[in-house]
Amino acid sequence: MTTTPIKFYQVGSFAVGNRLLSEEDRSIQSDPNRTNALTSGHRACQGCGEALGARYALDAAMRACNDQVIAVNATGCLEVFSTPYPESSWRIPWLHSLFGNAPAVATGVAAAMKAKGRTDVRVVGQGGDGATVDIGFGALSGMFERNDDVLYICYDNEAYMNTGVQRSGATPPAARTATTQAVGSAPGNVFGQGKNLPRIAMAHEIPYVATASVADLRDLEAKVTKAMSFRGARYIHVLVPCPLGWGSASCDTIKIARLATQSGLFPVFEAESGEVTSSTPIRKKVDVEEYLKLQLRYAHLFSPTRNDAVINHLQEMADKNIRRYNLLNQSSES
Amino acid sequence: MEKPFAITLSVESSLANHTGSWRVEKPEYVHRMPPCNNACPAGENIQNWLYIAEDGSYENAWHALIQENPFPAIMGRVCYHPCQDVCNRSFLDEAVGINSVERFLGDHAIEKGWKIPAPDVESGFKVLIIGAGPAGLSAAYHLRRLGHDVTVRDATHAPGGMMRYGIPKYRLPREILDAEINRIKEMGIRFEMNTRVDDVHVAMDEGFDAVFLAIGAQLSKRAYIPASEAARIMDAIKVLHDVEEGNQPLLGRKVVVYGGGNTAMDVARTAKRLGAEEAVIVYRRTRDKAPANDLEITEALEEGILVKWLSTVNHVGQHELRIEKMELDEKGFPQPTGEFETLEADSLILALGQEVDFSLLGNSADLDVVDGTMTVDATMMTSHPGIFAGGDMVPADRTVTTGVGHGKKAARNIDAWLRKSTYENTKNTDLVTYEQLNSWYYTDAPHVVRERLEASRRAKDFSEVVKGLDESNALYEARRCMSCGNCFECDNCFGVCPDNAIIKLGPGKGFEINLDYCKGCGICVSECPSSSIVMVADK
Amino acid sequence: MLKQIEGSKAIADTVAACRPEVICAYPISPQTHIVEGLSAIVKAGKLAKCEFINVESEFAAMSVAIGASAAGARAYTATASQGLLYMVEAVYNAAGLGLPIVMTVANRAIGGPINIWNDHSDSMSQRDSGWIQMYAETNQEAADLHVQAFAIAERLSLPIMVCMDGFILTHAYEQIDVPEQELVDKYLPTFNPRQILDPADPVSIGAMVGPEAFTEVKYMSHMKNLQALTVIPEESEKFAQVFNRDSGGLVRPYKMQEARNVVIALGSVLGTIKDVVDEMIHDGYSIGVLGLTTFRPFPFEAVREALTAAHNVFIVEKAFQLGVGGIVTENVRSSLRGTATHDQTLIAGLGGRPITKQSLRTYFEAAIDGRVEELTFLDLDKDLAERELLKEKVGL
Ligand SMILES: Cc1cc2nc3c(=O)[nH]c(=O)nc-3n(C[C@H](O)[C@H](O)[C@H](O)COP(=O)(O)OP(=O)(O)OC[C@H]3O[C@@H](n4cnc5c(N)ncnc54)[C@H](O)[C@@H]3O)c2cc1C
Ligand SMILES: Cc1ncc(C[n+]2csc(CCOP(=O)(O)OP(=O)(O)O)c2C)c(N)n1
Ligand code: SF4
Ligand code: SF4
Ligand code: SF4
Ligand SMILES: [Mg+2]
Repeated sequence: MTTTPIKFYQVGSFAVGNRLLSEEDRSIQSDPNRTNALTSGHRACQGCGEALGARYALDAAMRACNDQVIAVNATGCLEVFSTPYPESSWRIPWLHSLFGNAPAVATGVAAAMKAKGRTDVRVVGQGGDGATVDIGFGALSGMFERNDDVLYICYDNEAYMNTGVQRSGATPPAARTATTQAVGSAPGNVFGQGKNLPRIAMAHEIPYVATASVADLRDLEAKVTKAMSFRGARYIHVLVPCPLGWGSASCDTIKIARLATQSGLFPVFEAESGEVTSSTPIRKKVDVEEYLKLQLRYAHLFSPTRNDAVINHLQEMADKNIRRYNLLNQSSES
Repeated sequence: MEKPFAITLSVESSLANHTGSWRVEKPEYVHRMPPCNNACPAGENIQNWLYIAEDGSYENAWHALIQENPFPAIMGRVCYHPCQDVCNRSFLDEAVGINSVERFLGDHAIEKGWKIPAPDVESGFKVLIIGAGPAGLSAAYHLRRLGHDVTVRDATHAPGGMMRYGIPKYRLPREILDAEINRIKEMGIRFEMNTRVDDVHVAMDEGFDAVFLAIGAQLSKRAYIPASEAARIMDAIKVLHDVEEGNQPLLGRKVVVYGGGNTAMDVARTAKRLGAEEAVIVYRRTRDKAPANDLEITEALEEGILVKWLSTVNHVGQHELRIEKMELDEKGFPQPTGEFETLEADSLILALGQEVDFSLLGNSADLDVVDGTMTVDATMMTSHPGIFAGGDMVPADRTVTTGVGHGKKAARNIDAWLRKSTYENTKNTDLVTYEQLNSWYYTDAPHVVRERLEASRRAKDFSEVVKGLDESNALYEARRCMSCGNCFECDNCFGVCPDNAIIKLGPGKGFEINLDYCKGCGICVSECPSSSIVMVADK
Repeated sequence: MLKQIEGSKAIADTVAACRPEVICAYPISPQTHIVEGLSAIVKAGKLAKCEFINVESEFAAMSVAIGASAAGARAYTATASQGLLYMVEAVYNAAGLGLPIVMTVANRAIGGPINIWNDHSDSMSQRDSGWIQMYAETNQEAADLHVQAFAIAERLSLPIMVCMDGFILTHAYEQIDVPEQELVDKYLPTFNPRQILDPADPVSIGAMVGPEAFTEVKYMSHMKNLQALTVIPEESEKFAQVFNRDSGGLVRPYKMQEARNVVIALGSVLGTIKDVVDEMIHDGYSIGVLGLTTFRPFPFEAVREALTAAHNVFIVEKAFQLGVGGIVTENVRSSLRGTATHDQTLIAGLGGRPITKQSLRTYFEAAIDGRVEELTFLDLDKDLAERELLKEKVGL
């Protein structure tokens, strides 16, 4: 999706704010009085993409509905680092029940609100990729299928990070995790189908599905805002690099997310009622290698010897996304 | 609400957890040296005035600009903008049109009649400036702003030096020149025109506390060229001077100009405007070796000026002259080939460079002249205490902007010298490279091309060739600045901190790191477009 | 007003009268008729301000109830057997979070082998989950217990399972006085949640608690559970005042005055037992019955008090701990610690095996004579079992 193009500005629509923009053209995060749904003092690792993504998304959700948001969180890093007794980093009503039931719990909250006639209060369910594509998959699908009035946000860091970086259904091929070690004849994760949850969500024909990343705040905010304009089940899949699990420098979190989108490995698009309605064109195309190189989980692709076969395979995946979502050569930014 | 123990927590109670203790490095906001500022011979703080102009605060931007250089409208026309050559934006798309924005601000200031602020206090010191060229005028201006009593003496009848008597008006309209000089005059500077100084020491004895010498390089270099008696050979400086004074020089139908510098281009273009059917430049080397600014060569060629590259004038007759073809040796020096060609020519104008006329020094042995230029130290002072010098007469690039820079530098040092202190230039030297920027955040925005007068119309009169930008273009151009090394309040750092550890202080006030929560991840540093934050060791 | 009605339908009507705001359920025999009934009521618009959610699993059912309850809604669900086990993680969580959810367990055996018939192994498996558990003897009591359950749960901020025997009660057509709306409204206060997810007063519910406070949290839950032992009788009394009927409470003694032998049981089997006991009293035996209405928290005091005169207790259980023996027995034994009362366990009715009067009488007589082992399986075809066991022994 493209945000409103803002002409004549050196930083156009990519930076967080810019004093030259009118207030309404600035991102929500640029507001010194932003709500900080997730505030300081949380225990996420240095440079945690999930902490960033969660604040981005929930602040946007709050803005969209006059702060009337209740969040339901699955077990995982986000839950653990935000609410270890005796301190909580949340500034919104927030509920954690279990690892695999966040979508259903969110449905329950939404049902309660509906029963009480408080339809002004909106419910956001959220969890990591494990909670979403694996253990909570059934509950999520049920929530989708019933079209419950819940916005579910998956913070995808491509593994079970909270338990120490084990493979999930969203772990990409070749990536090293604690349960897909870089040993043997096919080191790292298998080349399988993976679980492409955005597409699975689309198959439910729910009103709104989108992907986003922490590298494009404007896009993320616009999508959350748009999602909040619908009633019914909505799904946003946000790529959130994890320095710990990916073996990347803490300062590179956003950069890596950007390379994921600019290589085509992580396509950014949105869909309504099962149909892709737009995709965010790649601005500065890079080879997947640029992305892989910065992460130790792919180190085995480069040393001791370079594994061209696997790198090419990953490049093919990226190229396929580029074709499928038409990520290049769109008549852009018009 | 009654909260069950432990399983239910109060919101934002984590603020009690100071995660800043995890940190080993911390981010720090800095001001670094943008390449443009670094390259500006006048030492302008370009990034800063562009930043101010970006939100439409033109008057403030102009005031910031004239802190360093009183001539934005002139600069915007004649400066060769070395700043743009090094602009980091050129790695992204094209350099920022700094010069055109500068011109816009200068013209805007003239239009609005903005004034230079009066000095806060009068110092009581008297300074004499010899030469009203850019170096002298700049020194006068800066000295006056510092509260000194300034007298400018010049041999010509109107101030400006080569800006008036060299640079033709199609490049620098005189109303612009006059407007910017008048503004300086209005500061209360005494101008004594038509006053040639014949002896600098005599002048000193008049009671001045310091002198700034800026007499430029007025003497045309000569070369020995065999010529018949009827041959018309003139020098370029004199031609241009005469044109300025309204004395039409007799050039004839066909004019040959000898030389490859800006003066050669200007005089050839002037010849065309004066009615010459043909103007041919003869230069002994190639175009890329020519000292003239490439844009000036282009403009000359557009106007139909012909150029004989790799040629020397061998003999001059009354209506023709002979040139010899040259070729470059391995070292790039032109060597004669023995091949000749004859050109029709009613006159030959020599534009072979200028020399300094040191006659006003008299026989003072304490002023050190080496290789035709005057030696000055780092404070621009000559070997004679209290006599400073700058501009074309000292060893440096001979440009208006360099002269302005010398004038400023000399003024600040004269001020310090008068007050018996030393002037410290506190400029940051930490130069920002393109690689240090996060270019992702700069949207593609190509440079606005300045409109130029159609070539066919140009050669007919002395109207200004290059047009200025209108306000929206100037604003657009200003906003193309990437603000290298200096925060421009894009809010990125504030937005991207996963720990919400950056405090936004409000417009113009910048940001502050909340060290209670900063874990030192460095994302703010990575995502700062302008490289205005650095990580430094902590604890 | 009495009407001839199926047990499940009576429960559906009763639950509806309690004005739940969120009902969620996943079908499993023998619970189906209850939720079908409720679904019809909600769908027909007869229950205002109520959301009925057809979830995709029992795990989701309990999870929806958790969300609804945490958001301050009166939440109800029902399940049985495999369904209860499928939701276990959430069952514990609901209790841990102190959410006053009411759940009907239509008791059914747990597989494998799969078996849809009644016993208590499902709810018994959840006895340590932190939920209050009450067992209905009759459909009338089942209906009444549901009304009380909401009151008890909400007073204590604890979830309750109302257990009723699958098929035996759920599918039986009987004369039942379904609690009338007017009376329910009179008895049951509106839900005033202890904590609630509210943007106007936000809290973070469900924190991670480490070793430094976990023991305290658990101790407090335990103590709160024990408070039910006070609240349950109070609610039973209050209920009697409004409805003019005796139901609920902790234990239910039957003809126990000075009885030397006491049969202890829970659920519908108490009816059969009472018939046998009546006959035996008639035949001169000193025997009575103690029904356990509340099993969690276990009413140690009430049981001990009721059994002061007993010499022998025979505990009839529809579930047991494999490799150990009776479940209820262990709790009764704890109540009797330090007394001379002797206990014997009869495991009966597993997987729907009929519990006949004849078999019970035979067992009680033998037990009174001291001719039974400590643990007896009613009507067990021991020969068959021994033969088969012998076969499996090969190779050991
Ligand atoms: C044709 C031409 C075109 C040029 N174009 C450009 C251009 O486009 N951009 C650019 O940056 N530079 C250009 N230059 C160079 C630039 O003009 C000079 O480098 C600059 O003017 C030097 O400044 P100055 O103050 O040192 O000397 P000048 O400008 O030469 O001024 C010296 C002044 O001192 C006066 N003077 C000299 N001796 C005495 C004395 N004894 N007593 C009193 N007064 C005296 C002179 O009358 C003169 O006014 C050009 C030069 C020429 C000749
Ligand atoms: C039923 C259950 N199984 C396993 C776990 C252990 N567990 C807790 S968090 C987690 C991984 C979370 O991964 P993900 O959802 O991707 O979130 P992340 O921590 O990566 O953000 C696991 C496996 C659990 N809490 N509950
Ligand atoms: S392990 Fe990864 S997801 Fe978890 S807190 Fe650390 S950086 Fe964030
Ligand atoms: S990120 Fe933006 S706001 Fe922050 S220091 Fe850099 S330029 Fe300034
Ligand atoms: S992004 Fe935040 S936590 Fe990271 S170094 Fe910057 S201020 Fe510190
Ligand atoms: Mg994960």
